Amino acid sequence: MAEAATAIRRGRPNEAASEAVRFVGVTKRFGDVVAVDGVDLEIRAGEFFSMLGPSGSGKTTCLRMIAGFERPTQGRILLGGRDVSGLPPFERDVNTVFQDYALFPHMTVADNVGYGLMVRKIPKAIRRDRVAEALDIVRLRGFEDRRPAQLSGGQRQRVALARALVLRPSVLLLDEPLGALDLKLRQAMQVELKEIQQRVGLTFVYVTHDQEEALAMSDRLAVFNHGRVEQVGAPAEVYERPATGFVAGFVGVSNVLEGEAARAVTGSPRAVTIRPEKIHLELDLDAPVDPAHHHATGTVTKVVYLGAVTRYTVALEAGGELVVMQQNLRTSSMEALQVRGRRVRLVWDRQHSRPVEPGDDPGTVGSDDPGKGGR
Amino acid sequence: MRTTSTPRAGLGLRIATFLVVAFLYVPLLVMILYAFTTQTAAFTFPPPGLTTRWWSIALGNERMWEALRLSLVVAGVSTTASIVIGGLLAAAVYRARFAGRDALAFLVVLPIALPGIVTGIALRSTFAQLELGFSTWSLVVGHTTFCIVIVYNNVVARLRRMSPSLAEASSDLGASGWQTFRHVVMPNLATAVLAGAILAFALSFDEIIVTTFVAGQQQTLPIYIFSILFRPRQKPVVNVVALVAIAITFVPVLVAQLLTREEGGHVR
Repeated sequence: MAEAATAIRRGRPNEAASEAVRFVGVTKRFGDVVAVDGVDLEIRAGEFFSMLGPSGSGKTTCLRMIAGFERPTQGRILLGGRDVSGLPPFERDVNTVFQDYALFPHMTVADNVGYGLMVRKIPKAIRRDRVAEALDIVRLRGFEDRRPAQLSGGQRQRVALARALVLRPSVLLLDEPLGALDLKLRQAMQVELKEIQQRVGLTFVYVTHDQEEALAMSDRLAVFNHGRVEQVGAPAEVYERPATGFVAGFVGVSNVLEGEAARAVTGSPRAVTIRPEKIHLELDLDAPVDPAHHHATGTVTKVVYLGAVTRYTVALEAGGELVVMQQNLRTSSMEALQVRGRRVRLVWDRQHSRPVEPGDDPGTVGSDDPGKGGR
Repeated sequence: MRTTSTPRAGLGLRIATFLVVAFLYVPLLVMILYAFTTQTAAFTFPPPGLTTRWWSIALGNERMWEALRLSLVVAGVSTTASIVIGGLLAAAVYRARFAGRDALAFLVVLPIALPGIVTGIALRSTFAQLELGFSTWSLVVGHTTFCIVIVYNNVVARLRRMSPSLAEASSDLGASGWQTFRHVVMPNLATAVLAGAILAFALSFDEIIVTTFVAGQQQTLPIYIFSILFRPRQKPVVNVVALVAIAITFVPVLVAQLLTREEGGHVR
């Protein structure tokens, strides 16, 4: 298996440019709808790059423009430094794993995986070896003669991956590939996808609306909203230092203090966000407060016991509300639930009050609609 | 679908089902039986004797062969034209976005809902206005109007069931437009096109209303059957010819059924 992976890796010439994909001022309109609005983006060679955002945020349209299914209305798209904006999909050195897998129902697994080699008129013997190699990587040897209809969801996913990998593209595009799988399988596939990516060393561009997935898998990620990129960075960077209120809310829990509430707590009206796990909830309102800390008092309105942690929602007296996550180190659920309705004090290190651009609130995190963003 | 998991039908339902099927098929059986009777006009049951005399009369009849040939030619050409026009229309309506797309889709399907007599009169006066006269071609045009619908409906239904990303995937994997059509689109549409074509052929083959208006002096097989129905001394010949017509229509329709069932769908 490891040998197969190196073979696919070896097939790629060592690219001089470290840049795999570049968006230069890309805008895409569908009629009156602006799906992608002036996006500039650089994806580095060999990285696992995620495009994260709610449905309709333009992330899928961006992916489809890299693949060549859509042409930008304005701007250019470069692959490995070369402008491909006008090229059809079959002339681009990228391959796609589709959300619905798009396996050819009338072909066997081997013919599906070998399809790209077949249309390129690669001789049969070589084709067979490379198909076997690709199926090795996704651990599907022995399934060559099955039809897609005879496979489980996870297996179809692997066939789709093998079919795209077999062509040794410079960039692999994945459009919410795990969306149709159940939670356990999805988590297993996340680990496996990441492993495969590291083994073959290809650039992966991964579209998802699931923030946990993006945080867990990516080297870097871009957060999309309304056709624009709100922030690009490594997962920890985006999570710990969200640039906008939208990012703070979409990648995590929306915990933003604005205006009067912000002034009362930090002394400045500038909007700040505090990650819920950074906040301590104290029952003793009279204890002295370290000057290096921010604090606020409020009333606990909601308590949700989640096993390892408990999530409290606290309405602040200064206005606004904050969500607080506390590990259940000593408390039991009974004690946690009794806090509801009590006045408490919230304390956190000043450095965890991150200033953000006030933005629209994404509401509940992780849209349940995996629809094509922006189409 | 799964007969094993459905409860057994009650006695009343089973009797009703039997009666309906009998109602549909007993007349056919009677017709088969009387294609061999020795009587010439008034039929009695059971037939007094059996003979194959009517078969030799029917099969030796030049006009019967002439009508059969015309019907086959018209059905064949209409079906071929329908495959091309209906298939392309389906592709256009499914894939492209253009002004009047919904109107076009509606206009294509309309002829099957329109009473045959309306289509017939409309075509007849059009041919008269244009002074085209009546020929095999007027029949082909008349039949193509409703045959297109059958092919179109089958192909559009199949296209709607096909994942739209299939063609994209093919192109993504390096296939040109032609390669995508040949390796992905056609194999997935083939059974739908074939099923539609067979049904269209069967429909054209036994069509009588539109045909009457645009045939002129020509006789297709159904019109020929209709005309000999009133000759008193040759009644069983009608049964023989009708049997031939059944054979020609029934086998392809059965094949169409099998083709569409294999795909697990209801394509009509």
